[in-house]
Amino acid sequence: MSTPLAGAFYQDGNFIAILYIVAFSLFIYGLSGLTGPRTAVRGNRIAAIGMALALVATFLIEGMGNWALIAVGLVVGTILGIPSARQVKMTAIPQMVALFNGVGGGAVALIAWAEFNDTGGYADEPLTFVIPSLFAAIVGSISFWGSNIAFGKLQEILPGRPIGAGRLQQPINLLLLIIAVAAAVAIAAGQTSGIYIAAVLIAAGLLGIFVVLPIGGADMPVVISLLNAFTGLSAAATGLALDNTALIVAGMIVGASGTILTRLMAEAMNRSIPSIVAGGFGGGAEVAGPGGGEGGTVRATSAADAAIQMAYARQVVIVPGYGMAVAQAQHTVRELADELEKRGVEVKYAIHPVAGRMPGHMNVLLAEADVPYEQLKEMDEINGDFPRTQVSLVIGANDVTNPAANTNPDSPIYGMPILNVNESESVIVLKRSMNPGFAGIENELYFDPKTSMLFGDAKDSVGDIVSELAAL
Amino acid sequence: MPVTAVSALGIDPFVTNLAILVLAGFVGYAVISKVPNTLHTPLMSGTNAIHGIVVLGGIIVLGLGVDLSALNKAILVLAIIFGTINVVGGFLVTDRMLDMFKSRPEPPKKDDGGEGQ
Repeated sequence: MSTPLAGAFYQDGNFIAILYIVAFSLFIYGLSGLTGPRTAVRGNRIAAIGMALALVATFLIEGMGNWALIAVGLVVGTILGIPSARQVKMTAIPQMVALFNGVGGGAVALIAWAEFNDTGGYADEPLTFVIPSLFAAIVGSISFWGSNIAFGKLQEILPGRPIGAGRLQQPINLLLLIIAVAAAVAIAAGQTSGIYIAAVLIAAGLLGIFVVLPIGGADMPVVISLLNAFTGLSAAATGLALDNTALIVAGMIVGASGTILTRLMAEAMNRSIPSIVAGGFGGGAEVAGPGGGEGGTVRATSAADAAIQMAYARQVVIVPGYGMAVAQAQHTVRELADELEKRGVEVKYAIHPVAGRMPGHMNVLLAEADVPYEQLKEMDEINGDFPRTQVSLVIGANDVTNPAANTNPDSPIYGMPILNVNESESVIVLKRSMNPGFAGIENELYFDPKTSMLFGDAKDSVGDIVSELAAL
Repeated sequence: MPVTAVSALGIDPFVTNLAILVLAGFVGYAVISKVPNTLHTPLMSGTNAIHGIVVLGGIIVLGLGVDLSALNKAILVLAIIFGTINVVGGFLVTDRMLDMFKSRPEPPKKDDGGEGQ
């Protein structure tokens, strides 16, 4: 309004700022819908409307140009984003999330790079612009490269096992962090050469790669949450640099969300976040040997026996793990549960917080198979129930059921809260082979006299049990 | 051009933004803490979509840039592509996932007309 120039009211800075306020309110309101499955769909859509509004508000900014290039970016991004989101299998959600997270961090780093170039190396820019922008460059670059490595591991392009320089890893990572920060400080102190921003981006990128490479598959839920937090914080920093409240608020909410999830995941593994970032379980593998070495024999069973055992149970608890995701067995598992319920067996699902490769991974898979979410029980809820359970059916879960976590102080997972399946009357474990899980730790549950093993692909095994049940 | 607003106390807008940042952190923490474990994957992919808001940063820097070099234009277009993939893909995939959680309450009655309804 106050502009005497051509600008209409909607180009007024304050009007745009108000649109941003509405937009971030919609983000917060939408996310608060995620507190329950019933309101969640609407919540997500409300957040998406907030995003559309923020985009429109940005288009209104006075003096905008380069429309053709902006349109190219938006169209290409949409064309690439839609099919991947539409077609991705629910079992591949962790890598999809890693990838989306990575491109977000990449965008942040690229923006910082362009700002550096465009301002002649931040010459004559206030520190209130330079510092957030450099922070965004570092964290964005870590997040981009780290997420891509996580994607590679989850997609099994890279080996899931920890890869690293062993003892040298920590000093190398520290050195990379120092290089990135030192180069950033040099820029803030007045250096304008492009070499410095390159040093910031490359050192931070290498740091991202080297931090994620040594982390084993079972620690992925923590890593993904952490990278999510990083991308959020880098977006907030970009918002500070650009004086944009929508970016600040949205970035901080994501940062908070990622932080909460990281903490929850680390707690569920009884490990500190630094120790996970410092490297995978790899080193502790040997120590755990004794449990299996001295332990008795493993008892193999058949689908027919498993079917009979479950058919006459009052309560069966299904414990799904990453193996169920790999075998895409969730639909067959649902059939099994239906078949059992027809016979009056009560079926529940026990979900460990770190089962799978990201927080809540199992819940999504079972939801896809139309399992009512009321049947999905969290660890604290179900653990008291195991003594009243006739059969626990463990499908491709390993470390989260290992009693060594409760009983063996020498075990690397000692102290990790687990699902106490060994308290149920009997346990049936579906497993491809006797290979230990990602943590490389022998599971003494398998040597327990009340445990029987059904070897084979989880989906085939469950399918066999279903047909045996139907034939009973 | 509107005059840059400086408050009577001479507070830099950066500091005001810092206040917003801190508050948003606490609000985020309060809101997200209430999300149950069941919905953690959709939460993560939904917040993922939200940080795609950095696409605005790319648009602003590209849109307001004067005499941007070809390299910078290319960098910023790539940033917008990345951000858009993040936003569009993130919201869509979250929507797909949440839809599966939604249609829950009905099954019991049609499953095997046992007891109950």
